[in-house]
Amino acid sequence: MREEMSRDDRVFVMGEDIGARGGVFLATDGFYEHFGEERVIDTPLAESSIAGIALGAAMNGLRPIAEIEFADFIYPTFNQIIGEAARVRYGSKGSLSVPMVIRAPYGGGVRGGLYHSQSVETFFAHTPGLKVVAPATPYDAKGLLKSSIRDEDPVIFLEHKRTYRLVQGEVPDHEYLVTLGKADVKMEGDDVTVFTYGLMLHHCLEAARQVAREGISVEIVDLRSIRPLDNETILSSAKKTGKVLIVHEDTKALGVGAEVSAIISEQAFEHLDSPIKRVTGPEVPAMPFSPSLEDVFMPDSDRIVTAIQELAVY
Amino acid sequence: MGDARLSLPVRKAAITHISSDLATQISMTERFASDVIDGQRLLDLYRRMVLSRTVDERVWMLNRQGKAAIVASAQGHEAAQMGSAAALRAGDDHFYIYYRDLAVLVGLGMTAKQIMLGFQAKAGEPMSGARQFPLHGGYPQLKIVNLSNVVGTQIPQAVGSALACKMRGQNSVTICYFGDGAASVGDCHEGMNFAAIHKLPIIFFCENNKYAISVPLSKQMAVDTIASRAEGYGMKGVVVDGTDVTPVYQATAEAAALARAGGGPTLIEAVVERYLPHTSDDDDSRYRDKDELEEARKHDPLILLKERLMDGGILTEQIYEEYLREAKREVDEATDYVEALPYPDPNDFFEHVYAYQEGESSL
Amino acid sequence: MGFCATNDLYGELVRKVLNMKIELPQVGESVTEGVIGKWLKEVGDRVEKYDPLVEVVTDKVNMEMPSPVSGELTSILVSEGKTVLMGAVIAEIAVDGDDEHATDALKEPIPDTLEPSQADRIGTLLKDVSPVGPTGSGGHISEGPVVQRYSPAVSRLAAEHGIDLSRITGTGMGGRVTRNDVMAVVGSQVESDPTSTGVSETDNVEVVPLTPIRRTIAENMIRSATQIPQAWTMMEVDVTNLVNLREKFRLEFKRTHGVNLTYMPFTLQAVAASLKDHPGVNSSWGNNSIILKHRINIGVAVASDAGLVVPVIHDTDLLDVAGLAVAVDDLARRVRDGKLSLSDVQDSTFTINNTGVFGSVIGKPLINPPEAAIMNTEAVIKRPVVIDDEIVVRSIMNLCLTFDHRVLDGAEAGAFLKSVKSRLESIDSDNIV
Repeated sequence: MREEMSRDDRVFVMGEDIGARGGVFLATDGFYEHFGEERVIDTPLAESSIAGIALGAAMNGLRPIAEIEFADFIYPTFNQIIGEAARVRYGSKGSLSVPMVIRAPYGGGVRGGLYHSQSVETFFAHTPGLKVVAPATPYDAKGLLKSSIRDEDPVIFLEHKRTYRLVQGEVPDHEYLVTLGKADVKMEGDDVTVFTYGLMLHHCLEAARQVAREGISVEIVDLRSIRPLDNETILSSAKKTGKVLIVHEDTKALGVGAEVSAIISEQAFEHLDSPIKRVTGPEVPAMPFSPSLEDVFMPDSDRIVTAIQELAVY
Repeated sequence: MGDARLSLPVRKAAITHISSDLATQISMTERFASDVIDGQRLLDLYRRMVLSRTVDERVWMLNRQGKAAIVASAQGHEAAQMGSAAALRAGDDHFYIYYRDLAVLVGLGMTAKQIMLGFQAKAGEPMSGARQFPLHGGYPQLKIVNLSNVVGTQIPQAVGSALACKMRGQNSVTICYFGDGAASVGDCHEGMNFAAIHKLPIIFFCENNKYAISVPLSKQMAVDTIASRAEGYGMKGVVVDGTDVTPVYQATAEAAALARAGGGPTLIEAVVERYLPHTSDDDDSRYRDKDELEEARKHDPLILLKERLMDGGILTEQIYEEYLREAKREVDEATDYVEALPYPDPNDFFEHVYAYQEGESSL
Repeated sequence: MGFCATNDLYGELVRKVLNMKIELPQVGESVTEGVIGKWLKEVGDRVEKYDPLVEVVTDKVNMEMPSPVSGELTSILVSEGKTVLMGAVIAEIAVDGDDEHATDALKEPIPDTLEPSQADRIGTLLKDVSPVGPTGSGGHISEGPVVQRYSPAVSRLAAEHGIDLSRITGTGMGGRVTRNDVMAVVGSQVESDPTSTGVSETDNVEVVPLTPIRRTIAENMIRSATQIPQAWTMMEVDVTNLVNLREKFRLEFKRTHGVNLTYMPFTLQAVAASLKDHPGVNSSWGNNSIILKHRINIGVAVASDAGLVVPVIHDTDLLDVAGLAVAVDDLARRVRDGKLSLSDVQDSTFTINNTGVFGSVIGKPLINPPEAAIMNTEAVIKRPVVIDDEIVVRSIMNLCLTFDHRVLDGAEAGAFLKSVKSRLESIDSDNIV
């Protein structure tokens, strides 16, 4: 963000507590001092207008990055994002556009309870006109964020809270972009493909290392973009192994896994050698608070290992 | 309604300032009427109001003929719309309008043909390619944006536009039109609050026709005027007689000057009449008195302005007849022309979902 | 409709029941199908219970299937050369009226259908029928064989390569034919199918159709070669004592036991004892587990006119050398005569392949699935060897072991082979134990 704000003075950030506080997760730490209050705008506690104002500014030539403090608080913005931002280009037949990024820390495993743990990607990913990105590694986060800021369309940029501290990785200082809508094969294998994104990537990699000791070769595809999905990579990997597992933290019904599964059964049906399986969060309205309850919700490497094994012997 | 706003004196107190700075309500009608807007300008506005009304009546008829799917009439709102638009810089200032703002578009110079394309949803419609309801979409040449049917949604967007103007160092003003119904929406509060905090160059222009579809003001709010809320946000609030083009023009010009000077937003409440049902799909006889409507008709902004121009010797019966003829000719021609056009080509159906089609690089 | 119709129906039912469906019996673990060989009876022939009815070739054995009932063969449903799943109906026999199967079979279905008029009106509640699935699956009422379900990938590959899926033995869950199973067959076709290599029959080549047993061997070996990661090791064994022992007791043994004394019983004995010490070698890969087998059943690969067969000496460890010699002789004779029974070829846990008879001194056998290892006994050759710094002539035999590296590592396989070697080398040339 800092690089993009230095590179392009149309880029600015707005949101709750992002100024002097530097953001509740310190994503904008030092921005206030460096770029000034004009381009680092602390907003009132009013999520709908954060999205709506960013939208208006974007239509008028700026490139706002609006931060929703926690993805759980994004629901008041639905009208502005889904009802409005997504439709601007289509509803004006291309005469208006919304080069806007909505950043939102999401996800659980942080003892955040019902209002600081949820996954919201599916709500937005359902909407044509939006792009939805969920990086899993620091490298991808930088490259995808830069691409999102430079994109001409509204991007929902979801950052898993647990990856902020848990996942460390190389981030080159130099300029690079990661293209939106491209999945990344994080591990190559032959027996079973696992499609995942966000924090779950790391559980999947751990699971793959475990089953490798049993001789099961797992291919792991990090979707990175939830919309648009990288159909090409999804289909080629599904065809390669013929066995597919989809892992996400979000709940199962009508989720990303359902879509990935549908794409595969529509376009790679004849390559499948087993039913498609999903490991996901359970069907409760939100992730509960107490550790014992939260652990029931969060998919982990053990559950993923079991699913991979079941597919391998099918 | 029978409340205070209905009996607003048209001439003596057509503009009522309400703000923390101004403890007393000051009538400014006479000063602006003579100083700011001259007779020829008023005559031109009148001509455009006649055109707007003619288009309005025509599309309502087309709806009843089954040729226009939906019409939200501006009849009764023309003075407020025309007067405010005329006070701003077309092509420079930003107009966030809503569905009833036909006369804003005519005031800004859109033609009957362009507008008729929207009502008949035909190919070549300029604002949305007929993907949206009439008058919706964007018209960048005149910086017009009208995205939503969700009332009040445009208010934070207009604030964002004003924020961008300020950040980009432009001297442009954004005007945000909305009805009394939208004043109840949360986005209205959020947007106004933010605009006031940052002293953004924006005019909140509320066309108060006293009905949110069927719900009267008394069931929408407990305060006497919507403009009185401005004080709560720390901005200037004004009530004007929206059936009289002059005070509307003056209040808007003043708000624009304040905004350009960095003085922040103004909330203008233009009290208007709605002569027709909410839309062509509505039946106002279920909730509105005939007597009340007849009384409202007496405040028809077109009659009011015609009388004033005639009184001032600016408008003659001959010019008036010519305006009517010319408007009818333009609208007839537009109607026939548009009726003969095809609907949009469905081959374009998938265009403009994203900036780049699938397969193209987005970078 | 009344009494007459009901009576007619009863008669029809009786006729149906009397016309008994003959199924290919389920035999042995991992056997799911058989190839129908020669029919030994013709339609219209009188068949006595236990009369050989048809030759059946499975991947384990060439067997004659005995008739389960007495009666008249009324129809043959599967012609020679066709592959069918175990449990499939292959023939019908009109059974004798007093046959117990017929009377048993009559008992159940009659009451349900004796009142057809009522059943027609209100429907009949069928019991023990699998429920209809939410999308209409299930609901099979017939008592026919369980039909193998093929995944989309398997169906597509089979269609593309013209493969008869019923011929493939599945390695997936519940014997499911997996994509890899099909690919293994595809791989073999590319190599061996003359049409796939563009070869058509000319003066220069002759295309010989596969016999069922050849095809079965081929599929098994593909499975072995493609699905089992195989490692190989070899040891030299000094069998001078064994050679001397055999020479000393050869004639006496023949007189006493009526069979020739070969090296094989000694090898079997040494291997059986070593398998006891190294149970990991007497096992199978179970995907998520390793299946250790308590019984030691050693298969002995034997060449026959038809091809390679592997009769099994069950509980090898319980037999002494004489017993083993008799058992080996018996099996070899029955292989030659084509008289092996199904049980003769089932349940082997380890295989010995006597390539020495062909003069081979080093060979790499392919594992006989699902076993974990296979051992070659190579030819016994006199060689100069160094013992106590002197060159002496000794009889040497190589033992070659191929093992499933998923199950075993080199250490355990080596220890096993070492154990066989020392047992053979320490044989007392004066006594048969």
